[in-house]
Amino acid sequence: MASQLDAVIVGGGHNGLVCAAYLARAGRKVMVLERRPVLGGAAVSEEVFPGFTFSVFSYVVSLLRPEIIRDLELSRFGLQLIPLECAFTPLPDGNSLCRWSDWEQSRREIERFSKRDAEIYPAYSQAMMQMGRFVKPILSMTPPDPASRNPAELWELLQLGRRFAALGEEERFLKLKMFTMSAVDFLDRWFESDVLKATMSVSGIIGTFQGVRSPGTAYVLLHHYMGEIDGAFRSWGFSRGGTGQVSLAIAGSARHHGAGIRTEAPIEKILVKDGLARGVVLEGGEEILSKLVISSVDPHLTFLKMVGPEHLEDEFIEAIRRYKLRGSSGKVNLALDRVPEFKCRPGVGPHLRGDVAISPSIDYLERAYDEAKYGRYSRRPYLNVVIPSLCDPSVAPPGKHVMSIFVQYAPYHLREGAAAWPSQREAFGDAVIDTLAEYCPTLRDSILHRQVLTPWDIEQITGLGEGNIFQGELSLEQIFFLRPAPRWARYRTPVRNLWMCGSAVHPGGGIMGAPGANAAREILRSGTL
Amino acid sequence: MPVPTPFHSRTSALCTSYRWKDWAGFYAVCSYDTNHDREYFAFRHAAGLLDVSPLFKYRVVGSDAAEFLAFVMARDIRRVKPFQVSYCCFCDGKGKVIDDGTVARLGETDYRVTSASPSLRWLQEHARGFGVQIRDESESVAALALQGPTSREILKQVSQDADLDHLRFFRIAQARIDGIPVEISRTGYTGDLGYEIWLRAQDASPVWDRLMTAGSSYGAVPAGLDALDVTRVEAGFILQGVDYHSATRCPTESRKSSPFEIGLEWTVDLEREPFMGQEALRLEKREGSRWSLVGLEISWEELERLYETHGLPPHLPAAAWRTAVPLYDGQRQIGRATSGSWSPLLKKNLALASVETRYAEPGTKFQIEHTAEYERRTLTATVVPRPFFNPERKRA
Repeated sequence: MASQLDAVIVGGGHNGLVCAAYLARAGRKVMVLERRPVLGGAAVSEEVFPGFTFSVFSYVVSLLRPEIIRDLELSRFGLQLIPLECAFTPLPDGNSLCRWSDWEQSRREIERFSKRDAEIYPAYSQAMMQMGRFVKPILSMTPPDPASRNPAELWELLQLGRRFAALGEEERFLKLKMFTMSAVDFLDRWFESDVLKATMSVSGIIGTFQGVRSPGTAYVLLHHYMGEIDGAFRSWGFSRGGTGQVSLAIAGSARHHGAGIRTEAPIEKILVKDGLARGVVLEGGEEILSKLVISSVDPHLTFLKMVGPEHLEDEFIEAIRRYKLRGSSGKVNLALDRVPEFKCRPGVGPHLRGDVAISPSIDYLERAYDEAKYGRYSRRPYLNVVIPSLCDPSVAPPGKHVMSIFVQYAPYHLREGAAAWPSQREAFGDAVIDTLAEYCPTLRDSILHRQVLTPWDIEQITGLGEGNIFQGELSLEQIFFLRPAPRWARYRTPVRNLWMCGSAVHPGGGIMGAPGANAAREILRSGTL
Repeated sequence: MPVPTPFHSRTSALCTSYRWKDWAGFYAVCSYDTNHDREYFAFRHAAGLLDVSPLFKYRVVGSDAAEFLAFVMARDIRRVKPFQVSYCCFCDGKGKVIDDGTVARLGETDYRVTSASPSLRWLQEHARGFGVQIRDESESVAALALQGPTSREILKQVSQDADLDHLRFFRIAQARIDGIPVEISRTGYTGDLGYEIWLRAQDASPVWDRLMTAGSSYGAVPAGLDALDVTRVEAGFILQGVDYHSATRCPTESRKSSPFEIGLEWTVDLEREPFMGQEALRLEKREGSRWSLVGLEISWEELERLYETHGLPPHLPAAAWRTAVPLYDGQRQIGRATSGSWSPLLKKNLALASVETRYAEPGTKFQIEHTAEYERRTLTATVVPRPFFNPERKRA
C-alpha cells in the first residue's frame, strides 16, 4: 500500500477510536487496526450466552467527556447512557445502606448508622464537587512538563498554579491532603460510621493494587467522584446495549468522518527506521505505511514489544519497565433466569437499579487486600455488582437478567505466577459466587451461565498488560506529567512520529475518551499532519 | 378543581410522590417518583406508560367527513387513507393557528380528531352545509401512550388482531387487549418508537393492568408529564399554550401565529379547494412571515465559564422549562425562547424559540439570557435543525 495514510492507530479500544474520529473529522486519513474481531478493547458488549449481552470487561460509564459526546455526535450513532439510580450496600447482619439521588432518602438511610454522618454528608458532597470542579479542566489538558523551558508549557503551568491559588485556603489544604492521604484517613475526617466509610472508600482502590488504608488512595477517590453526567459531578451510567455500544457509536462517528477501521488485524511491530515511526507490520507480514503511528495500547506492549528496545534509550526503557501495570481485579458475568433477591432487602425494588457493593467494613476490605499482597486472590473480595438488564431490557431476554460482578482483589501475579491463573480460575469464580450468595441465597439457583475472567484472561483477551483495567495504576507517581514516563507525558514518545493515545497517558483510565481526544488535539496542533 | 381521569385508580396508587398537575381540568401525574429521571430514561431505553386521556377527542362521521376536515384543517385530509393518521393544525379565517393535533381515519367516512383545547364549537360552527356529525368523545374515550424502544414488544405480548410488526409510522389499527376492543396508533409525543392506545373509558383499568404486567419484563414504568416534556423538547415538538397560543384565546393580534411561524409549514396544503385561512396563508407565503420557530443549542462551554466566574459548577434546572426567555442580537431583542431542556441523552442544552425570520437560518448565532447566581447574563445560542433527537427506530 502506498504511503497515503496520515496515521495508523494501534488498537480499536474506545480511546483509539476517539482519536481516530477526531483526526478524521479534521480531514486526516486514518486507519484503526484492532486485533480482535470486535471493536472496543475493554469496552465491548458480547453475546457470550445466547440472548444475553455482557459488558464483558468495563461495565459502567462515568467519565466519558460530554464534549466528546457532542463533538462526535455519539447519540446519533447509537449512544444512550442511563444513570445508575443508587448505591446499595448489603450487610451480613441483615442491615443495609442505600444511597440515592434523593438526598432526604439518603439521609434517612445514613441516619440508621449515624445521625452525625447524615448531617455532614451534603457538605462532603459539596466539597468533593468543588474539588471535581478544580480537577475537571485538567482532564482535557495536555500535561505541561515542569522541567520544560518551553514558554508555552511554562504558561500552562502558571495557569494551573493560578487555578490552585484561586481555591479557598481550606480547599487548597484539602486538595493537597487528598494527594497524600489514604481513602480511609480522608473519610475519617468527615465520618464516623464504619459502614459508610467502608463503602465510600472503595472508590479509592478500584483498579489499583492498594488497600483502602494505603496512602495516595484518596486521590483515586476523587478520580471516581468526577463521574460526570449532565454537568453534575456524580452519576455513573449504563450504556444501552452494554459498554460496547460506546465503542460502536464512536466507531460509527469515526467511519462517518472517513476513518478506516479494520478488525482481526493484529500488529506484529511498529516500523521504526532512523528513529522515525513509518507504519506497522501486521502478523503475517502485511506492511501498512503512514506518516504517524498512534498507539492506544499500554506502554509495555507499545515500546517493549512493538517498537523494540533497540530503538530506545536505556533510561526510557527502564522507566517503561518500571511503569506499574499490576492488574488487581477480575470479573464474573452471569446470565440469570430471575432477579436475585437480597436477604437484607427482599424484593425487586429500585435498590437494585444502581450498583451493589459488597464492602461491609473497612477491615473486610483491608483483609481482602492482605491476601492479595501475598499473591492470593481474596477469599472474600470486594464486589461491585450491577444488573443492567433492570434498566436496559435490550441486554437480556424478557424477564431474564445479566449480572456483572467486578471483583477485587485478584492479583495478576499469583504466588505461583500469573500462568497459574487458568488452574485457579473456577475456584476464583466459586469464591465470588460464595461471597455474594451469603447476601443473596437464591443466586446459585438462578445462574444460567457463568463467565469468569481473571486478570490473566483480561490480558489474554484484550491485550491489557497484566490485566490492568486502567493501562497502569492511577497512583500518584503515574499520573499527569508522569504518565507514562517523565518528559513523555504530552502524547509524544522518544520515537518521532510515534504518539500515544490510550489510558496509559493523561488523564488515564475509565471510559473517558479524554486521552484519545487530547492526543488528537495535540497531534493536530503539532503540525506534523 | 381537577377531576380524575379513567386511569386515576391506577395512577394515584402509583404516584407516591404526590406530584400532580392540572391538565385540561384533569389530574395528571408530573412524576411518579420524586424526580422524573427514571421515567425519562424509560422513554428512551425501555418504555413509559403515560395517561393521555385529557386530550380532547372528537369523532367526525358522515359522507362529507373528508371534505369537511379538508376545509377546516390546513392539511388536505382527503388524502388520508383508511387507518392512516395525519398531524395537522387548524386556523381561523386570518390564517392564525387555533390548535394542532391528529386526525385518524378509522373508517371510510369516520375520523377522530384530537386537540389540546376544546374545539367542538369551532368544528360544529364550520360544519354547516357538510354532511357530517361531530361528537365529543373526550370523556368516553380514554387514551394511553406507550412510548419507547420496547413498546412494540410489549404491545405484541398483550394485543390480538393487530399486526404490529407491520403497523407503520402514523398508521392506526383496530385490536383487542384481553378481548377489549382498542385502537392502536403508531403516534406519540416523544419522537421515538411509540404507540397510543385508544379505548372506552370503562375499560381503562384492565387495559392499564395488562400493559403494566406485560411491560414489567420489558422495563416499562408509568411515566408522567415531566419526563414527557423533556422528550418532546428533544423531539422538537411544539406545545399549544407554551410555544404558541391559540388564536381564539389571544388578547392581542401580535400574539397569534400562522402555521408558517411555528414550524408547521409542512402541514399546510395551500393550493387546493378553499379552506379556512387559505387566502391569508397565501398572502403570507408570498410576502414572508415575520416570525419563525427554530431549534436552539445553547453553548455549554460558555455556561460552564459563566458559573466558573462565580466559583460554581454549572447548574441547570433538572426539568424542562417553559417560561419565555429573551433572545438578543446585540442590544436588540430578536425573539424569545419558549421552552427548553437539558438533554441527558445528547448532553446539550436545548430550546425552542420564536425569532425574527432573518435569524432562522441554521448556524445563525445570537444571545440568550441566562441568570446565574442572581445575575442576568447572556450565552450564545446557535440555530440548529429540529428534531434534535431522531432515532431510526421511530420509523423503522
